[in-house]
Amino acid sequence: MTPSTGTTTRSQHWWSSRSDRQQVKWALIFLSPWIIGFLVFTLGPMVWSLYLSFTEYDPFRGNPQFIGAENYENLMADPRARLALSNTIYFTIFNVPGTVIIGLFLAIMLNRVGRAAGLFRTIFYLPNVTPAVAIGALFFLLLQGQGLINSTLRAIGINNPPFWLTDPEWVKPGVIIMALWTTGATVIILFAALKNVPADMYEAARIDGANAWAQFRNITVPFISGPLFFVIVINVIASLQIFAEVWAMFQGRPSAGPSAQRASLMYVPYLFQKGFQDFQMGYASAMAWILFVIVLTITLVQLWLSKRWVYYEGQ
Amino acid sequence: MAAPQRIERSVNVPGIGTSSRVLAPTGNVRRSVSRIAFIAVLVLFTIVFIYPLIWLLMASLKTGPEVFNNEILPNPIAWENYPNLLAVAPNFGQWFINSVLVSGLAAVSVTLSSALVAFGFAYFRFPYRNAIFGIVLATMMLPGAVTMIPNFIIWKELGFYNSTVPLWAGNLFASAFYVFMLRQFFLGLPRELFEAAKMDGSSYLRMWRSIALPLTMPALVVVFVFELKASWTDLLRPLMFLRDVDLFTLPRGLLAIIASSSITGESHFELLMAAAVITTLPMVVLFFLGQRYFVEGIATTGSKG
Repeated sequence: MTPSTGTTTRSQHWWSSRSDRQQVKWALIFLSPWIIGFLVFTLGPMVWSLYLSFTEYDPFRGNPQFIGAENYENLMADPRARLALSNTIYFTIFNVPGTVIIGLFLAIMLNRVGRAAGLFRTIFYLPNVTPAVAIGALFFLLLQGQGLINSTLRAIGINNPPFWLTDPEWVKPGVIIMALWTTGATVIILFAALKNVPADMYEAARIDGANAWAQFRNITVPFISGPLFFVIVINVIASLQIFAEVWAMFQGRPSAGPSAQRASLMYVPYLFQKGFQDFQMGYASAMAWILFVIVLTITLVQLWLSKRWVYYEGQ
Repeated sequence: MAAPQRIERSVNVPGIGTSSRVLAPTGNVRRSVSRIAFIAVLVLFTIVFIYPLIWLLMASLKTGPEVFNNEILPNPIAWENYPNLLAVAPNFGQWFINSVLVSGLAAVSVTLSSALVAFGFAYFRFPYRNAIFGIVLATMMLPGAVTMIPNFIIWKELGFYNSTVPLWAGNLFASAFYVFMLRQFFLGLPRELFEAAKMDGSSYLRMWRSIALPLTMPALVVVFVFELKASWTDLLRPLMFLRDVDLFTLPRGLLAIIASSSITGESHFELLMAAAVITTLPMVVLFFLGQRYFVEGIATTGSKG
């Protein structure tokens, strides 16, 4: 443990003074990667993209040309942007409750399994380590006319299962099925939260004659309301930004055909098309800022609503 | 007053735990029926979650016409799909190497830089510390799309368009999420440890390297494993930055295979599945090796977020 004499004298020479200034200097040194990263890759780009959203800009052609609010006006009138936004909201409205309800259901099951819970938890999480493009490739086959999902549906008596990959009515439900397969992270968070609910609470409720639903409603939900809220917020944010899975199945696969590509067009994939295929980076920046405002608004509303139902211990 | 209460609780809890497991003499039948229903539902969900992955593996070993034959096991086993994949996608080996290098560099750089920053927030006292940390937390809320285009232009201007550098080099500047997580762990270390080292004349960097890092190894592994997975599975950045097929990572290459008419157009789905297996398998192996860390990472983000 004793440092060599050389180091000691040098160190003493450097930092034997315990002044606040030294602390600040070293704090700055330790924080420097984040400070540089924040200025160069976050704050600077935020300001820059806000500026770009008022310009017309193709980085392979020339410099940004200021055009005022034209991008935003065009965006409001763009039927594809409206379509992409409504598809994304459709997806989010079904995917988030689905993920949270299935996740909570599985977490409650895991909590009752006992010692084998680890094994099932592993299985439920495996889809989450599968790369999104591989999930897209896999469900591209599972959702085919003769694929696993439709053969299962036929086996249980549904004779005319939908064409998930081509019928515009059924493309989004197919995407939701794919997304629901990756519920594992939600399960793990809620399962960890459930383990903190004191067992004697349930015992007391049973003695008072509370049934399973009343126990769930009055004990489980309040006790895990913090993690539950967290899970809802992150699932909403992630759903609004879905990209790779749908891209692999539709927009990135030319043979998907225009009607399925339109029915599955989500917001970030459309933004990507505008920015990196059409190189309309001013327009794409305006789209990004609208997305930011949407995400921020929804999160703040959720935060405000959470005050009515989220219970934090020690408050 | 507090002490007896605590004793009472600690005696009570295990008692309840065992009593609820023992079957009561009354309602025996009802209980075993509900137990069977419980197991049935659990098994059903287990199949729903694991079967697509088994199907994926098996489809990659079937001959083309048999991919959709609804039999679990391939017969015969078409091992040749894997060498055949290389014939259709000759760069596949290169993609694998690119993925290994990119995700390795991404994970190492984000772990070290985030640990440095997290230690800075945990150990030093400086003005506006909490406000600055608040900014760190706030950046986690920012959708990636907002900074995506300027970031693209920055890397392009630096001469890294069509290069794998932008896929990992941004990680040298720490990531808010990991800073947040590691800071919690550094705050948990007793401060006396560092005071003693300071008495011995240790520098701050040395305290960080030889005290803080070794003692938070499990948390560092969580960060490393998480980022390895995040980087390995990323599609957006490879799609933005890479033009040459030689530079592709596995997800970008897999997308090229999905898009290529010579595979999906001629229904060589077994080759597509073989490519998906190779893209997925390293993550499954990583997950089984680092399971503890995955679970810990997800659980801590949930309970502390």
